[in-house]
Amino acid sequence: MENLENKIKINLDGKIIYARKGSTIVEAARENGIYIPTFCHFEGTDPKACCRICSVKINNRLMTSCTTPVTAGMEIESNTEELKDFRKSIVELLFVSGNHFCPTCEKSGNCELQALAYRFKMLVPRFPFSFPRKEADASNPKIIKEQNRCIACKRCIKTIHDEQGRHYFAYKNRGQHLEVVLDPVLGASISDALAKRAMENCPVGSILYKGKGFDQPIGTRKYDKQPIGSEIENQS
Amino acid sequence: MNKKILATTSLAGCFGCHMSILDIDERILDLIELVEFNKSPIDDIKKFTKPVDIGIIEGGCCNSENVEILKYFRENCKILVSLGECAIMDGLPAMRNGIPIEECLREAYIDGPTVQENHEHIIPNDEELPVILDQVYPCHEIVKIDYFLPGCAPRADLIWNALYALITDSPMEMPYEVVKFD
Amino acid sequence: MAEKSKINQILSKFENDETRLMDILLSINVMQGYISQKDMQDISVLLGISMAQVQETATFYHFISTTPRGKYNIYLDNSITAVMKGRAEVKEAFEQFCGTTFGKVSEEGMFGLYDTSCIGMNDQEPAAIINDKVFTNLTPYRVKHLVEDMRAGKSPNDLMYEDYGNGNNADPDVKAMVNNHIRKKSIILKDDYQPFSFLKTKLKEYTPERVVKEIEASNLRGRGGAGFPTGLKWRFGRRTDGKHRVIICNADEGEPGTFKDRVLLTEYPELIFEGMVVAAFATGSDIGLLYLRYEYKYLLRFLNRKLAEMRKKHFLGKDIAGIGDFDFDIRIQLGAGAYICGEESALIESLEGKRGEPRDKPPFPVEKGYLGYPTIVNNVETLATAVKILHHGAEWYAGFGTKDSLGTKLLSISGDCRYPGIYEVEWGTTIREILAMSGAADVQAIQVGGPSGMIIGMKDINNMDNSKLMKWYKPSGMMIAEKFFNRKLSYSDLPTGGSIMIFNNSRDLLGEVVMNFMDFFIEESCGSCSTCRNMPLIMKNKLQKILDGNGVSQDIYDLLNWGKVLKASRCGLGQTAGNPILSSIFHFRHLYEQRIQSLTQFDSGFDLEKATERAGKFVHKKPVFHHF
Repeated sequence: MENLENKIKINLDGKIIYARKGSTIVEAARENGIYIPTFCHFEGTDPKACCRICSVKINNRLMTSCTTPVTAGMEIESNTEELKDFRKSIVELLFVSGNHFCPTCEKSGNCELQALAYRFKMLVPRFPFSFPRKEADASNPKIIKEQNRCIACKRCIKTIHDEQGRHYFAYKNRGQHLEVVLDPVLGASISDALAKRAMENCPVGSILYKGKGFDQPIGTRKYDKQPIGSEIENQS
Repeated sequence: MNKKILATTSLAGCFGCHMSILDIDERILDLIELVEFNKSPIDDIKKFTKPVDIGIIEGGCCNSENVEILKYFRENCKILVSLGECAIMDGLPAMRNGIPIEECLREAYIDGPTVQENHEHIIPNDEELPVILDQVYPCHEIVKIDYFLPGCAPRADLIWNALYALITDSPMEMPYEVVKFD
Repeated sequence: MAEKSKINQILSKFENDETRLMDILLSINVMQGYISQKDMQDISVLLGISMAQVQETATFYHFISTTPRGKYNIYLDNSITAVMKGRAEVKEAFEQFCGTTFGKVSEEGMFGLYDTSCIGMNDQEPAAIINDKVFTNLTPYRVKHLVEDMRAGKSPNDLMYEDYGNGNNADPDVKAMVNNHIRKKSIILKDDYQPFSFLKTKLKEYTPERVVKEIEASNLRGRGGAGFPTGLKWRFGRRTDGKHRVIICNADEGEPGTFKDRVLLTEYPELIFEGMVVAAFATGSDIGLLYLRYEYKYLLRFLNRKLAEMRKKHFLGKDIAGIGDFDFDIRIQLGAGAYICGEESALIESLEGKRGEPRDKPPFPVEKGYLGYPTIVNNVETLATAVKILHHGAEWYAGFGTKDSLGTKLLSISGDCRYPGIYEVEWGTTIREILAMSGAADVQAIQVGGPSGMIIGMKDINNMDNSKLMKWYKPSGMMIAEKFFNRKLSYSDLPTGGSIMIFNNSRDLLGEVVMNFMDFFIEESCGSCSTCRNMPLIMKNKLQKILDGNGVSQDIYDLLNWGKVLKASRCGLGQTAGNPILSSIFHFRHLYEQRIQSLTQFDSGFDLEKATERAGKFVHKKPVFHHF
């Protein structure tokens, strides 16, 4: 039996689990082999809760589980039909509001948006497609910023910066016109390692490292055989 | 048991989805036992000759002819199935969506780097030619579609499972590996 | 593009402080009309951040431009009341006389025309901001003369075509043609206010704890809309340790149809500032910030003068009012055009020089707010009320309103009524009384609480004779929508930050009003949450489909279901962004039913003729349809 001294008891979907004090609901669930989908949340950085897909219900209120710390006795609903459909609808919303052409995407098979669509068995989005006109910015020597596929999750903004803390990526505009852009000046001198990390951290195919792609045969990619989240559910 | 009647068509598609139908391999022999093909490129029947049970649509709608054929299918088929990414979300043809149609036509026939010897700058406009739409439309944004089978092309197993379920009125199996968008 | 030396100058004025980026950008924006890429690059080098980070803030705000604007920039209010009072003709006149269209700058660089969300002038529409000055009651005739004067090179102050408005609108530091339209006075707007009398004479006798207790005893709740108990907020702020503590006055009223804070700021700035000082005393705060929406920039000089006067009288600064160790001062931070900054955590982000994106809670601002310090954000009206309560006592205050909602509320009433303006009413006033006092007739609907609130119909009003305006504030919008879903809405429970818009029977509620509100939410979303960034547009398009005659009953069902996704948004704006449609479906379902095809099951709204029109025209061909 593991040491329960620094743990608190919470109730997740009717199941009693033990969570580390100070952990968030997402972390607590994961440490107990329960998967709550996330997009914008990225391990090692502060959560930003902009995708809202990790929303759970506490006292009948929707709360993002990536930002909400656990408290003793907390009762959380997560895997209910209502919330599963809600999460599916977020995935569908992201699909219709960009131009996500999986067949031509370098990230297909390793893309988290696509993987969640698979997990939720999305066959067709319930919302009409908007086909916004967006551009791919290939002006940087190392990176292509493909705006058609960006879901504005902020992962690159949060994780890719130089030693002085200057951000390579940032938001531009607001609302419908919001996009994540790569700084043309600072970005010009981005290191190989950082450029590659930017591509890896991007959950979709919006940040591409130039000169490489489609190098993994279909069938061997991350989500070809196993749904996203199964690595958490199959632990222990 | 009466054989179910099947019809298929390819609108703004590449026939890859039809190839994937053929990819069900030897199960095609079982399929022939269960269904009769009506209007389809597989048997080259041009017009519906009887009411159809299952219509399978490959490709989205990029021109007026696509729309008219889609509506023709809707009128003659009890069940319509969108097969593949193009039918469901326009696929590659949709990469022109968002670009003004005038720009597309000019690029294709006048300004594009591969255009040769079109000195009179003609954009084909013969009456017999269908007219291109302002954007490519997914089939379900034009007529009611009953089922969706994604993939580019959809896995043969997905097509077989779906057809088998529809033909035999049984629940459909959808293993994780067969529902893919690429 | 500004010279580098000028940029250096501006930046050193703000001590190369990244958290003053708003002021830096606004200064350059005023100086040359816009901020170029090069300027952003120069700023970024001096601040030690990337250009993209500067651009991130600059492109968030409506009144900061990253492309050249005109010598005169005309921001024409597009709120629904403006539309109802003839905005279309005024807009057309501007386009005709300026020789350009909205969203553009005229060729010679003289005029920039822009749509803008509600500028807080709903009682004197159509109104516009021209080079930071407000022009009200516009007509095509007046537009013609305004444009002529601008062509003649007159300064914004000389463009005024009538006398200055009443009260302090005529103050030499204001000089605005805005009118106050105070129609009903009660405890806040009463003329008996002696500036700083509580501060001067009574505060010494109080301990901070007693101030908090008095406010708690009065049950005062935040007047901005969320309705958090003010005393409790002060107590929380006081309890949290910090090197500094911060009092913020939220003067970013942006909810369309609300203009009460504008009138308070114009006529009772001392009352508001006194409220801030008292709040600082109660909470042990030393930093005071008033976040003034850009639309009210015409009041900035006047308000700063009032602050200077206070400093002179030792009501700000060190040992305020002779109380040892009570140090506090107030700085006014100008916003730059973003409705979302009215949300307290977005406002704090903005104050720190960033995009006005709401923060996740917890932590709440009282724990970790401006620059990480414990921060108390109060609405203008809340602070004004607090002073009155302290002056007269909680017991006196309990004599106003109803048993469970004490005191008064300032209402901003506009739309189809004879006397639009500010009404200070006691809680418990019925909607029927409000309609009567504002001279409204032939009423079809009332929007309570702005677009994020709800729309209610005359039928409902007739059925709720004994209904009271409100019991308690509720966190706006969303909760109401939920109540609707559970069919538990009680009519005695209408929440409002004070915006009341009245629509008579000649108005097209769906096509005009609801569509206008949806456009507002689409324009003002910060874009951070996937839900609020995308869903309002999808819902608006769906409503358009119904308005186009292509609707089926499934579409109404879809709207109700899809709208639920918005409830997962981080802030009130996102959570309520579907309310115009959702609440109108609940209260005016017949308007939807009338427009849909009752006998049709499916209609995608696709129109082959329309879809082929452009290509057919381009290739000079009339499409031939085969109709198999």
